[in-house]
Amino acid sequence: MARALARTARPALVVEARTRRKGAFWPYLLVAPALAAFACLLVYPLARSVVISFQHFRLGELIRGGAAFAGLANYAEALGGPEFWAVVRRTFLWTAANVVLIMVIATAVALMLPHLGRRMRLAVMSGMVLTWATPVLAATTIFQWLFQSRLGVVNWVLVRLGFDSFRDYTWFADGRATFAILVALVVWQSVPFAALTLYAGLTTIPGELYEAARIDGAGPWQVFGRVTFPILRPLFGLITSLEVIWVLTCFAQIWAISKGGPGGATATLPVYAFQIAQSLHRYDLGSAVSTLTVLMLLAVLVVHLRRMFREEGA
Amino acid sequence: MRRAALNLAAVGVLAVSVFPVYWMVITAFKPTVDILTETPAFWPARPTLDHFATAVRAAGFWTFWRNSLAVTLGAVVLALVVALPAAFAVARLRWPARRGFILMVFVAQTAPWSALLVPVYIIARDADMLDRLPTLTLVYFVTTLPFTIVTLRGFIAAVPPELEEAALMDGCGRAEAFRRVVLPLLAPGLMSTSLFGFITAWNEFAFANALMIKDQGDRTLPIWLSGFANVFGTDWGATMAAATLFMLPVLLVFLVLQRRVSSGMIAGAVKG
Repeated sequence: MARALARTARPALVVEARTRRKGAFWPYLLVAPALAAFACLLVYPLARSVVISFQHFRLGELIRGGAAFAGLANYAEALGGPEFWAVVRRTFLWTAANVVLIMVIATAVALMLPHLGRRMRLAVMSGMVLTWATPVLAATTIFQWLFQSRLGVVNWVLVRLGFDSFRDYTWFADGRATFAILVALVVWQSVPFAALTLYAGLTTIPGELYEAARIDGAGPWQVFGRVTFPILRPLFGLITSLEVIWVLTCFAQIWAISKGGPGGATATLPVYAFQIAQSLHRYDLGSAVSTLTVLMLLAVLVVHLRRMFREEGA
Repeated sequence: MRRAALNLAAVGVLAVSVFPVYWMVITAFKPTVDILTETPAFWPARPTLDHFATAVRAAGFWTFWRNSLAVTLGAVVLALVVALPAAFAVARLRWPARRGFILMVFVAQTAPWSALLVPVYIIARDADMLDRLPTLTLVYFVTTLPFTIVTLRGFIAAVPPELEEAALMDGCGRAEAFRRVVLPLLAPGLMSTSLFGFITAWNEFAFANALMIKDQGDRTLPIWLSGFANVFGTDWGATMAAATLFMLPVLLVFLVLQRRVSSGMIAGAVKG
């Protein structure tokens, strides 16, 4: 018996010793390629962007090189002009509108799912997975077709409902209308992830808690406010901060549909930064705007990362 | 009464989520006369494949398809090869800088990539890497890498260390134990992780738009689709057919994923 024990115990110790000995450099060797990739393709571009934002870097410098140090000139230009602040205001409106709509709709859908019949629930969830799976560029193309002025199905429905002013209405010529369509598109694409994740969280709440609340005479709003929401608060926080980051840095949808137009009505910070770099060759000013965007994001990011760490238990 | 209201709401949600995709597909199958009509038909009475033929025969279609596939697969394979050892180090080994590395991966995962368009363009230009597909492969590799590490870490952590220890006792080296014991159990995890990476890279638009500027032959499908007005003019049937074809691989991947995600193979390895 004792001998058998000793036999099983010894190799385990060997394993332990071997791991310890190799533990000194092995982990670093294993993560080295990943570290190199992050350093070259994430940290370096970010650093380069910050450097360019302090330089005089336009078309000439792009071709010939030799950019001169310009101090805070680009930041002064960005922060001093009214255009930048208009973009910041628009970005806040864009982020707030999208995130609020996403979270409210996703919560409503997630709360609805458990009360549906099995078949209906499966149908709704499959529908949302289909939306989730739709590639961004397919979605932008579809929305351009839905809102097409003469043949678009949306105008047809609106006219049938009695809104005659929408006959041949050109949505994409108007700034506010384009903004609204982009919000609809981003919300449509983002709700499935949020709703399905929240629903997955909901299913972990034991049913007894609801029963207890109901026996105590709580109405549906109270059950949500006193039971569901407090338990799911970390998940809500995580999803909200993720959505803020995604919506604020959203680029493809806006660029594919309007390129920030018409008349700059849909130019949020990332779009604006790319615009002035690409069309005006103001790489310096664009980099300054990008750097300011990252600084604004940093606040959200710190909150999000703290939540991630708590959740993942790393 | 309450039941009916709920079901009505559910049908509403279902309709809103499915209708745009449904509209894309039936537009692609409608003959042009049925598209150019004042009152749209909600069911393709006379389905036709004409628009798909137009899309497939459009200039460069197969080139863009091949480009997208090559860039995407390259990025996914590269991400797996680099992420696997890193994920192992994070999941299985204890080392001083471990927490710092995890934090860095989380930061990279939420990196504002759209704010890096300008510097990446300038760096690529300086390195003479503009208009070259390997550049996109590298960018997509790094954008999918953080997610790949985090997900693989979860899958590796789910493989009981006892299995590896048993192999070590039987005289395997650490690498051999990993290859013989952990890797086979990781197969479903590797599969679903790479499929998610595939979707991300397949859909990417911003960097392809910024870095592939001159040469038509180096474009990927999203770029091609974004310029549908230049390709098909007002031929909405062909445009929707092209969008449908572009979406098809992603949809297939999603269908595969659904089954993979629920595979309980790892849980069964020790308890079963």
